[in-house]
Amino acid sequence: MNYTIRVNGKPLAVEADPQMPLLWVLRDLLDLKGTKFGCGKSFCGACTVHIDGAPARSCTRPVSAVGSSSVTTIEAVGATPTGRAVQSAWLAVDVMQCGYCQAGQIMSATALLAKNPKPTDADIDKAMSGNICRCATYTRIRAAIKQAAGMPTADSRDALA
Amino acid sequence: MPAQQASRRAFLRASVAVGGGLLLDFSMPGVLGARANSSTAATLNAFVQISNGGIVTIMSKNPECGQGIKTMLPMLIAEELDVDWSDVRIEQALSDPAKYGQQFAGGSRATPLNYEALRRVGAAGRQMLIRAASRAWSVPPSECETASGKVIHVPTKRSLRYGQLASEAATHPAPDLAQVPLKDAKDFKIIGRSHGGIDSPLIVAGQPVFGIDVTVPGMQYAVFVKSPVFGGTALRANLDAVKSQPGVRDAFIVKGGAEFNGLASGVAIVGSNWWLVNKARDVLEVVWDERATAAQSSAGFAAQASALSGHSPALTVLSEGNVSGALKSASRTLEAAYSYPFLSHATLEPQNCTAHFSDGKVEIWAPTQNPDPGRKIVAKTLGLTDADITIHLIRCGGGFGRRLMNDYMVEAAWISKQAAAPVKLVWTRQDDMQHDFYRPAGFHFFKAGLDAGGKLTAFSDHFVTFGENGKAAPSADLSPNEFPAKFVGDLELGISFMPLGVPTGPLRAPRSNALAFAFQSFIDEIAHAAGQDPLQYRLDLLGERRQVDAFDTGRMIDVLNLVREKSGWGKRTPPKGSGMGVAFYYSHLGYFAEVVHATVREGTRISVDKVWVAGDVGSQIINPTGAENQVQGAALDGLGEALGQAITIENGRVVQSNFNDFPLLRMDQAPPVEVHFLRTQHPPTGLGEPALPPVVPALCNALFAATGNRIRSLPIDPKSWV
Repeated sequence: MNYTIRVNGKPLAVEADPQMPLLWVLRDLLDLKGTKFGCGKSFCGACTVHIDGAPARSCTRPVSAVGSSSVTTIEAVGATPTGRAVQSAWLAVDVMQCGYCQAGQIMSATALLAKNPKPTDADIDKAMSGNICRCATYTRIRAAIKQAAGMPTADSRDALA
Repeated sequence: MPAQQASRRAFLRASVAVGGGLLLDFSMPGVLGARANSSTAATLNAFVQISNGGIVTIMSKNPECGQGIKTMLPMLIAEELDVDWSDVRIEQALSDPAKYGQQFAGGSRATPLNYEALRRVGAAGRQMLIRAASRAWSVPPSECETASGKVIHVPTKRSLRYGQLASEAATHPAPDLAQVPLKDAKDFKIIGRSHGGIDSPLIVAGQPVFGIDVTVPGMQYAVFVKSPVFGGTALRANLDAVKSQPGVRDAFIVKGGAEFNGLASGVAIVGSNWWLVNKARDVLEVVWDERATAAQSSAGFAAQASALSGHSPALTVLSEGNVSGALKSASRTLEAAYSYPFLSHATLEPQNCTAHFSDGKVEIWAPTQNPDPGRKIVAKTLGLTDADITIHLIRCGGGFGRRLMNDYMVEAAWISKQAAAPVKLVWTRQDDMQHDFYRPAGFHFFKAGLDAGGKLTAFSDHFVTFGENGKAAPSADLSPNEFPAKFVGDLELGISFMPLGVPTGPLRAPRSNALAFAFQSFIDEIAHAAGQDPLQYRLDLLGERRQVDAFDTGRMIDVLNLVREKSGWGKRTPPKGSGMGVAFYYSHLGYFAEVVHATVREGTRISVDKVWVAGDVGSQIINPTGAENQVQGAALDGLGEALGQAITIENGRVVQSNFNDFPLLRMDQAPPVEVHFLRTQHPPTGLGEPALPPVVPALCNALFAATGNRIRSLPIDPKSWV
């Protein structure tokens, strides 16, 4: 089937099986390799993109279901001030270890801050718990989200400091 | 490839001049040859190139899998070369041990092996630049100093930039690495300061830096379907049906062999689109010749271990004094059985590899922690020589020991050869979880004897593990130095083996990640039985500050005291339902003591409130931001293992298939982790692993303090308490 999907602001033509997940369309047909394959079942969040601004797992979203929605990937997340702030905070806090999950983390974090510019630690837990970091850089992901939000980076859950 | 040939010649010349093995357990023959390889950049040695404009390109030799090595190793060189970090560019080296020495990511070995060796590489470059300047000025080198990529003639305050000197410097032989002067640590400008990950700007922008992102011209995609029972052989398959599926170009049986670390038997499906070739598995039917392994199960192993515990160990690892006599005369004895499951590495990037076989040579793009053994397996399996194989080291989306094995590499190479095309092989998550080299399960049957004052006087462990013919399966052994061995007068460590048809291998802090749980939990039981504070009891057990073989009790005493202070141990009164637990462990040359504060709500809901870590890895934390990140990650990794992870074998197959049934720690479970390093006068050692082992027993001991339930089996199952 032929589809035209809107990715990072551009309409792009692809020929794909209707069931082919958006993840693989992005990676292997459109050569946008930033979105990652981790589990194929929406368990890990490595494949997170924005569909009409909301975080979505692209590994289980068939290309036929994308329709006229607007897809944003890690390659273009820096086009918004929030996305850019999240990218900068990730570097300033030096979040990464292996880095494989971080595109998905950044997409989820950006979607969170776009909706909720001053999230609490509980908000962060809720928005980010679908994204696994196998290296467990969670302390720094939490701090980087707060830094991007212009908030103090201390962990408010830490009652034992 | 003129640059490569030049370096080969340089290597030969250097070898003739000085031989290899200048350094303790390590040799880097290639660093001694200098040769300019272009008109704009001069190559001082295998690791350092300096452009006319003063940009310094440093080769990073080891595989990067998230431990930060691609940033950290060049820091060592840059420090002694005396250049500004902002002028440094880093390139990933190819796998080429003749040129770079050992290139692997494992055992937390990079720091101890390279801390001095790579500083000497940088210092040698600096010497060459100083000599070039002294020749230009006709002054003695002793009148010259360096700073920020310049040589300065001190008496006249003249200076020349490295970029102006490099071409001339490169035409002269390199100095003797063993003789070059090194900086005093107090003069460090790069080492000891935090430097963010060198690839991080690319990663936040979604640039293709991982193995799975590799694309080469004409590339096909492949999946490789292996027997669900380990070592099973593909007898026949409906290949024609598979080949008729959309996107499939070829499908074939790979005969493979019996070695777990070689090419397995299976069915390869190759085509133009990975998702389609993977989808073609839906119609694939394979007749497997399953082996005797098909009868094995986790439940069966547990029953077998229990039966074996009634007999004497098959092998004595250590026997000191007379344990049975000491147990008889003890005022009080304890017995406990501990067990832990198989674990998968579950790197977030599934195993993958890209290979191109052409004209009797293979080019490989591999996210591997250990390329050279992979080269040997590929050479052996495909009937090639080492020189026929080029391996590009591509950033790994996690390693944890999984990528020390190279099964995916030989699969990709073989499939490329048979498919006559460059091939990117990508495993599914299920492939990855069900075809791992697992952390072996294990069973410990402990006995302890205490005197009237609560002092530990007798200790024995009958460890039932996996192996055959008196030899343990990989990562399933027990050393005679396992604490409290050599700290109790009457002590015995013994092993019995069960045959295993499941591949095992190193998982982050191999052996230690499991043994720490069993031993440090049982020691906690002993302390409680003695009615003594578990932290103080451990200090008393360590006793005097002294060296016991490789283990320095003083260093452990100091980190225990530090974690006591930082965690408020003994001063804090946890509320009802909460508790604090402590454990220590020495592994990978690192000394770590950790305290966990945990709470149990509604009887079964566990939350870890906080972890305090005190560690001693010697005199220098090379990259503090990376060091803290590794330690926090290791502690959280250990919590994840303890809280939910198990690989279960049924009918010779792995039951778990994805993150729903093999849960990794998530954001809402991750507590704050406070990290404290004790700086001591010992050579710097590695940090990828040693912070992990003690957190598991510290958590279990905290849960005992919180609830009175002793955890003797992992993963922690609060439902078993009620």
